Amino acid sequence: MRAGHDGLPVAFFVQEDAPMLSRQWIHGWLLLLPALAFIFLFTHIPAITTIWNSFQSTPRGRRPAQFVGLDNYERLIGDPVFWKVLVNNLWFALGTIPVSIALSIAMALFVNRAFAGRSLVRMAYFTPTVLPLIAVANIWLFFYTPGFGLIDQVLGAFGHGQTNLLGSPDTALGAIIVVSIWKEAGFFMIFYLAALQAIPPQLAEAARIEGAGGWTIFRRITFPLMMPTTLFVSINAVINAFRLVDHIFILTGGGPDNASSLLLYYIYETSFRYWDTAYGATLTVVMLALLGLFAIGQFFLFDRKVHYK
Amino acid sequence: MLANILKGAAAAAALAITAAAPARATDLQFYFPVAVGGGAAEVIQSLTDEYMAANPEVKIDAVYAGTYQDTITKVITAARGGNAPQLSVALAVDMFTLIDEGLILPFDDFITSEEDRAWLDSFYPAFMENSQTGGKTYGIPFQRSTPVLYWNKEAFAEAGLDPEAPPATWDEMVEMGKTLTKRDANGNVTQWGVRIPTSGFPYWLFQGLSTQNDVILANADGNKTNFDDPAVVEALEYLVSLSTEHAVMEPGIVEWGATPKAFFEGQAAMMWTTTGNLTNVRANAPFDFGVAMLPANKRRGAPTGGGNFYLFDGSSDEELAAAVDFIKWITGPEQSAKWTMATGYVAPRPATWETDTMKAYAADFPAVLVARDQLEHAVAELSTYENQRITQIFNDALAAAITGTKPADEALAEAQAQADAILAAYR
Amino acid sequence: MTGFDRILMTTGAVVLALIWVLPLAYAVWTAFHPSEYEARFVLGAPLTLENFVKAWNAAPFARYFLNTFILVTGIVVCQFVLCTLAAYGFARYRFPGRDILFSLVLLQLLVMPDILIVENYRTIGALGLVDTIAAIALPYVASGFGVFLIRQTFMTVPRELDEAARIEGAGPLTILWRVYVPLAKPIYLAYGLVSVSHHWNNFLWPLIVTNSVETRPVTVGLSIFSTTDSGVEWSVINAATLMTSGPLLIAFLLFQRQFVQSFMRAGIK
Repeated sequence: MRAGHDGLPVAFFVQEDAPMLSRQWIHGWLLLLPALAFIFLFTHIPAITTIWNSFQSTPRGRRPAQFVGLDNYERLIGDPVFWKVLVNNLWFALGTIPVSIALSIAMALFVNRAFAGRSLVRMAYFTPTVLPLIAVANIWLFFYTPGFGLIDQVLGAFGHGQTNLLGSPDTALGAIIVVSIWKEAGFFMIFYLAALQAIPPQLAEAARIEGAGGWTIFRRITFPLMMPTTLFVSINAVINAFRLVDHIFILTGGGPDNASSLLLYYIYETSFRYWDTAYGATLTVVMLALLGLFAIGQFFLFDRKVHYK
Repeated sequence: MLANILKGAAAAAALAITAAAPARATDLQFYFPVAVGGGAAEVIQSLTDEYMAANPEVKIDAVYAGTYQDTITKVITAARGGNAPQLSVALAVDMFTLIDEGLILPFDDFITSEEDRAWLDSFYPAFMENSQTGGKTYGIPFQRSTPVLYWNKEAFAEAGLDPEAPPATWDEMVEMGKTLTKRDANGNVTQWGVRIPTSGFPYWLFQGLSTQNDVILANADGNKTNFDDPAVVEALEYLVSLSTEHAVMEPGIVEWGATPKAFFEGQAAMMWTTTGNLTNVRANAPFDFGVAMLPANKRRGAPTGGGNFYLFDGSSDEELAAAVDFIKWITGPEQSAKWTMATGYVAPRPATWETDTMKAYAADFPAVLVARDQLEHAVAELSTYENQRITQIFNDALAAAITGTKPADEALAEAQAQADAILAAYR
Repeated sequence: MTGFDRILMTTGAVVLALIWVLPLAYAVWTAFHPSEYEARFVLGAPLTLENFVKAWNAAPFARYFLNTFILVTGIVVCQFVLCTLAAYGFARYRFPGRDILFSLVLLQLLVMPDILIVENYRTIGALGLVDTIAAIALPYVASGFGVFLIRQTFMTVPRELDEAARIEGAGPLTILWRVYVPLAKPIYLAYGLVSVSHHWNNFLWPLIVTNSVETRPVTVGLSIFSTTDSGVEWSVINAATLMTSGPLLIAFLLFQRQFVQSFMRAGIK
């Protein structure tokens, strides 16, 4: 991600003489030092040691770790569960990102106009952000429960039979996706709301005078002007697609037969349930590689269009 | 050097934001998990206090460590850091993992007198199966359970069945299940015949079926599984047939957590679940219910479950001897009776059932005796080296068959192959 | 916009809002009614506070609350200090390596500590901090998002203010404190609220690094409390959920207007 350093006014500093310059340097570095120390210690250094540890074996009891070359990666390639959670995670990303972005735009458009009860509606959209996912997962568990759960009670009123959304491999991941969308859309809405309110109303006014309809105005004016927000939100949505696993603990435990397990959940199981930290590190490397790919793709896709100033 | 600086920085930050736990000078540290509702943690604390009052020279710091999973994590982490507790309650099935990590000691070294030997022999053999290996005893049964069948007497009567006669065999369970399964005008099920939850840890209840089909899932050394045994396949096919061929059980994975509620709501006329639910069902079932042993096929059978006391390496012999003395005391009949009544766990020694307290309790609530009587048919819970991983492989195979993604024999054959690949290192 | 469009939009907004608030509504329903009414929605169901009493007595929630409070306060204070200093450095100083360091900071927006659980657990273990509140906080005390957000705001501060203070003889930290921080107040509020809600609700990392009552935050306490062998008791769990997220819910009710406006002013758009 390249932020617009080019926009920085630097003339102020250039006229200083040499000793001043190096004092500038030292001040600058000192200001960064504490934050960078922690960021490096818990992000960059572990990202690198993960790679190193993926070439080691897991220490167990009195057998220390040893260098095993690509053994962990061979195991990875032959591990059907890994491929399953990887594919699940891609479906999860495809299912959550576009829908939650579309819904958050809709929400922002909804509450950007004055109507009775607007602040209540806005609050309703926002509540999931405040509720812990691990706790609301229990509520969703009730909604999904076959027979007496809310969804079945509602469907039953229309003469529909029982469903078992969490207990069948075809629908378990979908049920997880719905909860994730519910959790994140309201948060993204805030950013779109901020973006909408920054768009000069004259633009839409002018378009309307020229006879443009609501949809055209949205497609030609509003949406393009919100592009930087969409970039920001989509980065967040991608990260969430890898990060949001709390509800899996309660809803499915990754089942049935790993049908709703995601990469981070599998990393957790491997590292902290089976204590196989070396294989956990190998799985983390895959996660880092995916995020790296995304960063590169995003750089080429968006960079020319979006500038942070 | 860098590490030191970082450590300093971290420590400084820690100083600012840690609520330091008060350091208490203790002779013994005792970790315990809580896996049932109610005031289990308070009961442990009050029992510990009672012991300390009678033995002023011993101080015991009883640490509530969370779930079983948290407890084992905390124990392993602490032991690797050289601060192992002297004793802890952890899952009985984690025995091989703890041996593999080199963390626990056999109790045999501290069993000196004739009286001690008698104490060790006084537990139900079914519970000791998960506690002994290689001729040594590594675990002392404490919070142990076993699954039983609960049935709704009113639903039985309504369906024209004898409300006092639960199914005794697999076939009877299917036949009664068919009578009990009710459908509305649209053909939608409003009441299922039976409910055997299969989410989370399906292997446990499935082990009831496999044992009834007279097959053991893993050997006593914990390094060989029998997942692909034809009798196991047959048991799994029976489980699958309940929701497919016979349509007496909800199809797909059946949620464990929602099972008692489904029973209370009349969604299922029979359920299989742990004895740990007795108190809950007694308090919340809006109808008359019964508790029975699981039905038989080739034989009766059920797994055991729950937690044992373990003794950890890394402390002085005096400390460990004191720990053993405490364990002996807390598994004593009166203490054990208190624990059983508060939690619903099955008292692990016949002596407990002989106390007046327990007799009065059982007279008032005879259902508690079913679990005890079933113990003579019970076997060890599935436990191997790398236990969590092996059971997960098995769980995945069960889920695949239950949801119809793979036939039972194929799913189990694959699971056996994966388990073999992992366990080969331990043979 | 036609009248019909208007009605359509409002209906859509309300329907979506009803769906969105349903889980919370269900939590309120079950928490205040006896457990027989968990799956029965009858108007005349009796009201009770019993579930709150049960939940409060079933787990040491007071302690969990305190832990979460210490955790969240610690994280937010550290984040404010560390991110402000770094943001100031990035926004107003010129030194070799600045651009590359800034890119590295931005990288943390993508590679969050949340996914590096295996290595971070190892680091925390090496520091001897497993099962401390500090261990939950440390990976998050410096945030790339915070640095980025505050830097964006600082860059909008007019140079003249800066210069005026300098002429009066103020040092760099004084200028930061007197000029920059006050001007960035809305962004501190917005960032603070996001950070509080994120760390209040964080689960996976605290689950991994804590294992005693003295350190566990409410989320982990809740999960332990709800995953018993004896089945889900929705009425009690939902009472506990409301209890533990109550303070946050109320804070957002009070601050929602400022919250939205802060983001607008912060130039995140």
